[in-house]
Amino acid sequence: MAYSEKVIDHYQNPKNVGTLDKASKNVGTGLVGAPECGDVMRLQIEVNHETGMITDAKFKTFGCGSAIASSSLATEWLKGKSVDEALKIDNMTIVEELNLPPVKIHCSVLAEDAIKAAINDYREKNGMEKIKFEESVIH
Amino acid sequence: MLKLPIYLDNNATTPMDPRVLEAMTPYFLNQFGNAASRNHPFGWAAEEAVDYAREQVAKLIGADPKEIIFTSGATEADNLGIKGVFEMYASKGNHIITATTEHKAVLDTCKHIEKQGGEVTYLTVQPDGLIDLTELEAAIRPTTILISIMYANNEIGTVMPIKEISAIARKHGVLVFTDATQAVGKIPVDVNKDGIDLMAFTAHKMYGPKGVGALYVRRKNPRVKVTAQMDGGGHERGMRSGTLNVTGIVGFGKACELCMNEMEADAKRIAVMRDKLETELMKIEEAYVNGSREHRLPHVTNISFKHVEGEGLLMGFNKNIALSSGSACTSASLEPSYVLKALGLGDDLAHSSLRFGLSRFTTDEEIDYTIKSITDTVLKLREMSPLWEMYKEGIDLNTIEWAAH
Repeated sequence: MAYSEKVIDHYQNPKNVGTLDKASKNVGTGLVGAPECGDVMRLQIEVNHETGMITDAKFKTFGCGSAIASSSLATEWLKGKSVDEALKIDNMTIVEELNLPPVKIHCSVLAEDAIKAAINDYREKNGMEKIKFEESVIH
Repeated sequence: MLKLPIYLDNNATTPMDPRVLEAMTPYFLNQFGNAASRNHPFGWAAEEAVDYAREQVAKLIGADPKEIIFTSGATEADNLGIKGVFEMYASKGNHIITATTEHKAVLDTCKHIEKQGGEVTYLTVQPDGLIDLTELEAAIRPTTILISIMYANNEIGTVMPIKEISAIARKHGVLVFTDATQAVGKIPVDVNKDGIDLMAFTAHKMYGPKGVGALYVRRKNPRVKVTAQMDGGGHERGMRSGTLNVTGIVGFGKACELCMNEMEADAKRIAVMRDKLETELMKIEEAYVNGSREHRLPHVTNISFKHVEGEGLLMGFNKNIALSSGSACTSASLEPSYVLKALGLGDDLAHSSLRFGLSRFTTDEEIDYTIKSITDTVLKLREMSPLWEMYKEGIDLNTIEWAAH
């Protein structure tokens, strides 16, 4: 399978690989996927309580190049957005940006799920109710 | 001088030996005759070439030339051998024994037979990839007509105890079919010493052309017959109709002759490189060799690198090194390698595997480059892997409740 240039670039030069302190109240962590399925994504956001802005985002991903690229791209997009704006990131925009083929759409779904999971983790830690999301269709 | 890309996917197909091409060339051009044309020199030349190739092929496996049925490849030979026996011996029984790690060409043929009213036992394998001979014998019924066990596995290179299998089969009057696609031309295979009744193999796994293979069908002790699966001109002693692929057959013959002469030295040299590759890659933490290391083809190794995913791993170097992975992502299916799973590997390890197949043309420089390239990529991806981080923190990954996906 040939990968798009953008996927290759993210794979070779991934943005924001790393770990934030998951014990911190400012940090939300989303861990999605399963080793059995061949991909696990961990996405973390650091939020400024006052402004509601995402000040930092990090990821680590076990998976194929498209999964790595999807999470790398997601962290890039998250930084500087408000939590509310982040909730609007749709997996199909990731698909379009990275030119993912149909068999790799699940990688973008995983990234969207990871964002939502991280936001919910942050909300829960700070006494807010978790947002109920519709189940992802794929997987 | 190192030339990129490096080809280490020789279990998929091998490059053709230039000497094979040289032998084939005249049969593409001037000697284009149909081997079944009995009335003119073009036909005679083609027939002569086929006869000679048949001898070359037979010699490599210790068979009589009359026992070689040329086919389009190993898949066709698998189909002809198994379905052909099932139909020919219907009055004797309808039960076949095979194993879960067989090639799809065998497994799907067996599935087809089940739909036709046949019964099939699929033996599980032990963690080293070998079948348990006691289980094999216990599976034999009065209605068993065929045992179909591959000579060597295409993913992990495990070599089955064919001699012992055929001894058991003989004792019970059951025929032995073996898919020897990966073994013939790589290790000594002798149909008489090994007690094989039917055997499928193909040219393109031993430096010959694609599109030509053979089914060995025993003629003596016992005389075995198969029902033809294609109707037509009654070529190949009525067992396989269709104009012979003369050029391909000539190449197949030449490839067999070269293997006959060079296999032993090749295997020795290749095994040294394979062992070096394996030893160096095993220096990486949490790397595991899949399948038996003792009963194994000399040019194959299959290694899992825990906590990195196979396709992600391949992407790190597949512009420069051709390899395949047991990961589902590399194939159309969503399941990782059924062979690795049959060994008892968890999905995580099955997803993390690479299959290496070396060849006659592999060089030391290529192996050195591969070792470095793969080591670098594994280390880089582990820095990126949440599973690796958890493992390093001492978290048991089995205790984590993974999100339903």
